Amino acid sequence: MPTGKKTYWESFEETPLYAAIWTYLGYGLLVLVGHIRDFFRNIGLERQKSCTEPKLPNSNLWVYGSILLSEISALYLYIQMLEYYDLPKCEQDDTNCCYITGFVPLYQSWESFYTRNLYRRIRDCWNRPICSVAGATMDIMARETHDHGWNFNLTDKKIHVMNFGSYNYLGFAENEGPCKDAVEKVTNEYGITACGSRQELGYLDIHKELDELIAQYLGVEAAMTVPMGFATNSMNMPCLVGKGSLIFSDELNHASLVLGSRLTGATIRTYKHNDINDLEKKLRSAVVHGQPRNHRPWKKILIVVEGVYSMEGSIVNLPEVLRLKKKYKAYVYLDEAHSVGAMGPHGRGVVDYFGIDPKEIDIMMGTFTKSFGSSGGYIGGTKKLINHLRCHSHASVYSPTMPPPVAQQIIASMKIIMGLDGTGEGMRRIEQLKENCRYFRRRLHEMGFIIYGNKDSPVVPLLLFMPAKIAAFSRECLKRGLGTVVVGFPATPIIESRARFCLSAAHTREMVDKALDVINEVGDLLKLKYSRMELPQWCEDDKNANHLVQQH
Amino acid sequence: MMAIIPATWDMYDMFQAVIQAPAYHLIFEALLIIWIFKLMFSKAYAPNKTILTEKEKEELIQEWQPEPLVPDVPDDHPVLQAMNNNIISGRPDKVMVINGKSVVNMASLNFLGLLGDESIEAAAQKALSKYGVGSCGPRGFYGTMDVHLELEERLAKFMNCEEAILYSYGFATIASAIPAYSKRGDVIFVDEGVCFAIQKGLIASRSVIKYFKHNDMDDLERLCIEQQKEDKRVPKKAKVTRRFLVVEGLYAKHGDICPLPKLVEMKWKYKLRIFVEESFSFGVLGDTGRGVTEHYGINIDEIDLMAACLENAIGGAGGFCCGKKYIVDHQRLSGLGYCFSASLPPMLASGAIQSLNIIIDDPGMFGKLRNNCTLIHEKLSKIEGMRVVGDPVAPIKHFSLSEPSDDRDLDNRSLEKITQEAMQRGLALTPARYLEHEEHNLPLPSIRIAVNVKLTEEEIDTCINIVADSCQAVLSKSS
Ligand SMILES: Cc1ncc(COP(=O)(O)O)c(C=O)c1O
Repeated sequence: MPTGKKTYWESFEETPLYAAIWTYLGYGLLVLVGHIRDFFRNIGLERQKSCTEPKLPNSNLWVYGSILLSEISALYLYIQMLEYYDLPKCEQDDTNCCYITGFVPLYQSWESFYTRNLYRRIRDCWNRPICSVAGATMDIMARETHDHGWNFNLTDKKIHVMNFGSYNYLGFAENEGPCKDAVEKVTNEYGITACGSRQELGYLDIHKELDELIAQYLGVEAAMTVPMGFATNSMNMPCLVGKGSLIFSDELNHASLVLGSRLTGATIRTYKHNDINDLEKKLRSAVVHGQPRNHRPWKKILIVVEGVYSMEGSIVNLPEVLRLKKKYKAYVYLDEAHSVGAMGPHGRGVVDYFGIDPKEIDIMMGTFTKSFGSSGGYIGGTKKLINHLRCHSHASVYSPTMPPPVAQQIIASMKIIMGLDGTGEGMRRIEQLKENCRYFRRRLHEMGFIIYGNKDSPVVPLLLFMPAKIAAFSRECLKRGLGTVVVGFPATPIIESRARFCLSAAHTREMVDKALDVINEVGDLLKLKYSRMELPQWCEDDKNANHLVQQH
Repeated sequence: MMAIIPATWDMYDMFQAVIQAPAYHLIFEALLIIWIFKLMFSKAYAPNKTILTEKEKEELIQEWQPEPLVPDVPDDHPVLQAMNNNIISGRPDKVMVINGKSVVNMASLNFLGLLGDESIEAAAQKALSKYGVGSCGPRGFYGTMDVHLELEERLAKFMNCEEAILYSYGFATIASAIPAYSKRGDVIFVDEGVCFAIQKGLIASRSVIKYFKHNDMDDLERLCIEQQKEDKRVPKKAKVTRRFLVVEGLYAKHGDICPLPKLVEMKWKYKLRIFVEESFSFGVLGDTGRGVTEHYGINIDEIDLMAACLENAIGGAGGFCCGKKYIVDHQRLSGLGYCFSASLPPMLASGAIQSLNIIIDDPGMFGKLRNNCTLIHEKLSKIEGMRVVGDPVAPIKHFSLSEPSDDRDLDNRSLEKITQEAMQRGLALTPARYLEHEEHNLPLPSIRIAVNVKLTEEEIDTCINIVADSCQAVLSKSS
């Protein structure tokens, strides 16, 4: 069993120097060309193809004029570029011809510089529409662009690919089976919405059943749900702390936690990702020195962490966080969005993974969009906490309750995970996912890629570094039948662009092998095997264990 | 994602200043910088800076006691009681079952009666057997299904806009849209009666918020003129300060309609960008349900951004914004609730498409709804001791005490009792609930009555009689 602190293994291999240099050069070139092209757009030599605000004669022109000298020297380069980026042919959009006088522009022109000049070139790697269930495989609708990514048209073609991008950890994104049948039935009985908030006669019996089941699943006294995971954070955190309190937030926390923290009105301090020493240093100083200026003691201190970090693949060092919590009497808010269902021997999240009593965590939060193949989020904790939230949470007062079919999907899948359906299907999925993760990560390490994160985490980031490789990786994989997610700046630090794979219990060993072959091939093609790290010990162990099994 | 880049006027300003500055100024600045360095590296003089020993620190840590995480809420808190005593079984249609008893529903915001519609359920089930329930990813990462694109297109077409953007949750729609455009330093003029979601969006934007009195155009004008004066004083800042005007089409808290023609006039006069939140007017106002713009016969192009949730009249889930492409598209990279959350379950998107089909095919229902609204309004206003607030054509009626006492809790309790009485007589009502300490401008306590188009005239009569009887029973007892 990979539980316990002893086997906690995480790696963030350092970026090789030459990769970093090339990456910066790559961005430098892109930015330079971007500036030149913006200049040409501004003086009217190149047609504005982005859908921009109807413009007045430009007042920024002189600013550009002043940097003209430095840019003219790059003109030669630009002329060469023209061969690749032929000048626009499309007609001026008629709707853009009217002028809005006197309004302050809605966007500063440099605000969209990045979108216009960098993101646009590789836009096809995101927002790919699909027309099937986002299960182990999916059908992507092919798009085409005639103007270098400004606009896309859907074509009739469909590309059937393996899906290593969706957060379908336990494979409950299904369009058949017991969950679907149950949801179908509930849709007949309840319709698709509740049309009322929890406090204003929108609380159905199915919501009560769900609340109770979640509490049982998590092993806490009580729980409540919100129809959107993002809003679970942003609408409930303000009920917990306020002015005069202090929030310690991991620097890589999800946008919903950042927004939620900001809406509380409390002081927010971030600490280095998963760095317990940094956290302790700051906690200590906060308790000792109290609030800035008036030096009164803080009212409450809340530590906000995630279970599995979705961009790093790392797992929070929960035992240590809890040690600090006890020592400094802080409260802990744990967001298990990516870990609930996906981690731990019983699929109960990182708490289960570390073998910790869930009652030690003050606020257990998580979402249903991932492992449960549904939608929405929950908060679990003491009865006192949940009573408070039911009365005073923004979500209980101002927004409708969960649509009944969505609630039923959660109930059905949760019962399967808990084994309440009387089959071993839930355990099978949990085991399958665990095996897939270990195997997939080990093989990638063996191939020599730089892989971030914890050895047991179902989120596997593979480092690409250079901006051009982001698009190349995504496109080459797609061509070979593998759908995956790539992320770059600003979602990651500028040089740490990466591809991200999310494993699923729905992936069979053959599929994982096939995907690995694709990755291997593309990795060779794009020279992505940067790793100079020795193969970690656990990989050797796993490999030997596997050999033994095969020999028997 | 672009929201990370701080878009403030002062950067622009700085840039200009450097270019225009005369030489002596630059020399002065350089000297200043040298001086700062000198100060930094010279020994600090700190006479009474106490340095704590480790032991003292430990003691402080030992001593510190945090406040409890949450205050105590007893199990018999009235809100919890109301919630636990009124659990609905099955679908909250026009008639629903509470505690095994069948009651008429005037609480759910199901104005067009689409909640009980079987064709919507059939459409949702069809999508269920194709896509499953969850989309398992945000829109950017394989969470975009063809039905999402179709719904966006249909909504844009229905509203006569260039583009629509779909959110998975009504509350998050306007709350994400406002901070996507308005940043620190920008100015937002807001009606003080706006709903909680807008208030949260305003806070998230960190802009300068200027509330004007509810539906009071003179007050708005006063604020605009004030702003103009300020702009004249600092013209450089004014050049990069965006100004917004945020209103609701039909106010959820007041049940009245915004004076849109006047607001549009203000928009052009003072160069404001106007955002209209139409959660309660979309699918309600206008001859074909296109909302407050149709109600006043105003071209939708005059509105910069319109936002609405699909959870009320449409009987679905989620929300959307629509407007010109250059405006709406920006949210696809900057709308927090759009970028960082899983997309709407496809089966709910399919349901919403079917709802749109229904309201396009049968525009007669809007006339019927309006009749029901005015009828109920008229009858409610005849009930003694009570007062109905808002516009007669509004589908939500705030029904409050005509002589409220000074004690808000007392009034709340009376209204709560009225709803309990009504429930016993077979009519489900709900008090309008607010977070009293967090609302900006709290309205008077009220019972929020929702009008359903499917109510017949006889049913309305019975319901109103029940309301009257319940009011009388409670008010005569208390007086
Ligand atoms: C840590 C975390 N919290 C919350 C969310 C939001 O969940 P949902 O997609 O259900 O809105 C996510 C999803 O990406 C997440 O990663």
